[in-house]
Amino acid sequence: MPPAADVGRGAAAVSLDEREPPLRNGLPASPKGVDAHASAPFAGSGRVGAVWRRRLTILAFLSPALVLYLALVLAPIAQGAFYSGFDWNGLEPLEKFVGLQNYRDALADPVFLASLRHVFLIVVLSLALQLPFALGLAVLLNQRLHGRAVLRLLFFLPFVLSDVIAAIVWRLLLMPAGLLDGSLEAVGLGGLIQQWLSDPDIIMYTVFFVVTWKYFGFHMILYLAGLQQIPPELEEAAAIDGASRAQSFRYVTLPLLAPTIRMSAFLSIIGSLQLFDLVWVMTNKGGPVGSAHTTVTYMLDHGFERGQFGYGSAVAVIAFVISFVFAIGYQRFVLRRDVAGALTTAGA
Amino acid sequence: MAATVVRSSRRSMRQPLTRSALYAIAIGVVLVIIVPVIYAVLGGFRTTGQISADPVGLPHPWVFDNYIEIIKSATFREQLLNSLVVAAITMAVVVPCGSLAAFALARFSFAGREAVYALFTLGLLFPLTVAILPLFITLRSLDLLNNPFGVALPQAAFAMPTTIIVLRPFFHSIPTELEEAAIMDGCGPFRFFYKIALPMSRPILATVSVLAIVVSWNAFLLPLVVLNDPHQWTLPLGVTNFSTQYSSDTARILAFTSLSMVPALVFYVFAERQIVSGLASGALKG
Repeated sequence: MPPAADVGRGAAAVSLDEREPPLRNGLPASPKGVDAHASAPFAGSGRVGAVWRRRLTILAFLSPALVLYLALVLAPIAQGAFYSGFDWNGLEPLEKFVGLQNYRDALADPVFLASLRHVFLIVVLSLALQLPFALGLAVLLNQRLHGRAVLRLLFFLPFVLSDVIAAIVWRLLLMPAGLLDGSLEAVGLGGLIQQWLSDPDIIMYTVFFVVTWKYFGFHMILYLAGLQQIPPELEEAAAIDGASRAQSFRYVTLPLLAPTIRMSAFLSIIGSLQLFDLVWVMTNKGGPVGSAHTTVTYMLDHGFERGQFGYGSAVAVIAFVISFVFAIGYQRFVLRRDVAGALTTAGA
Repeated sequence: MAATVVRSSRRSMRQPLTRSALYAIAIGVVLVIIVPVIYAVLGGFRTTGQISADPVGLPHPWVFDNYIEIIKSATFREQLLNSLVVAAITMAVVVPCGSLAAFALARFSFAGREAVYALFTLGLLFPLTVAILPLFITLRSLDLLNNPFGVALPQAAFAMPTTIIVLRPFFHSIPTELEEAAIMDGCGPFRFFYKIALPMSRPILATVSVLAIVVSWNAFLLPLVVLNDPHQWTLPLGVTNFSTQYSSDTARILAFTSLSMVPALVFYVFAERQIVSGLASGALKG
């Protein structure tokens, strides 16, 4: 559910815009009209000196970003794969090569496997509950309501607060005899009170609830942007043809919104795989007996708290492979249709 | 990019019942969203004794000591300043570097251009979380631990793909005629970039900057790993630590947490447009 990465943690490596050219190798195609044969005003003259000056200019433009990116994004990923073959605490020299042992250990550890199940649970609940909820609110905000702007501001508010703040406030609010328990008792629903953050059977659902609180606004904003791109004439035409509100939503709005929905599902899943801050702080580093570990909290718990750098790196590689394979597969098989022209196929 | 945003002119809802149902839902959601925030702010005006005696009640009497104490404390101001410094460096690195690269990728044609662009977009699939252990080792060997640059530089590096993806189409949309005219006037690529392309791109640069600031301001994992020295801590680290240190003093934690929300909320109110449009375009245009 948390939307993925760094623009809102990670925008997508995909194009939603059906007017753009198809994906190449699962990566975004160049923006419309940018192609290698386009005439380039800074082409320079044919002389050798000018050619070199031009190359240097291009290098000067590219190198700051490229150096930073290679050194701090790509290199560490490769290094991590290397470390994962060692039994290493991060301090001593890298000597104890253990091959795939770290991977075998991880896949045999019930706590790690449980962390994968927890992430899977969050993914499923997000797709089944959080995204439809966000869509419903986007539709609501797309109506002519008084105070629409204020509502949008408020709905999106939790997303702007940091995960840490959300985690601390909710932790206090959910503590035994805290605000939630007190409120339930006050309205005569004391029987519903649970050990929200200490019962291993409940804790992941509590996490899901707070994650939803924090992140639904992001998806709502995406849907709202998608809804505003739909020409109102289409829905008006449907109404003239006698379609009910529900039919018009089902057969006109929803298909046109499908590319946005597929993208938001993508970001939600990728985000769930990276869930860390909120869980780490709210459940105090993974909950009682690891009952709220996500893959990333598990990795940090082993890598830093216990000084198992090699093992932690292996866990990171597993997590990375899962999200990488998912992302490539999703772009190939699910988002591909969006570039093939959602507008024309949607009506068919 | 030429997407025109069409305001929906829908059939007005004639049935007052539907309308009030919608308002009821909206208000219900608003309550769930806002209650934790109000609970935190009001809780800061109570004592821990008041909170445990009646978790649901209002401050009675109002207590101002928690807030006053924290505002007066050097710790809070120090952490606020650290957060500002890290966010400022992140932005000051990612926006210039990202615009230079996006400009080259949009306005020059050269062999391997699409490969370089693809390399950057690949970065969207490499979240900071999976790189955190080796990143720690790298930063340690560069002697950047306990240093604001140790947080800001990796943040800038991980924000590079989005920044480039958002900026490139924008630079590409600058008319070629403008560039030709500039060349006629003896303007080189750097001058054109600096004097014409950048000023033209102010709104989108604002969006990219705002996003970098928001991400940096809320960052937790990287500072957690890089900053061990309490004097270097940013607000998210400070808040977390405060909540463990005074774990029995709920009111103080709530006051500290509420105060640390304030800068983000103020920023949100002023930059809402950039945040919202930036997130939507970053996610959808990419």
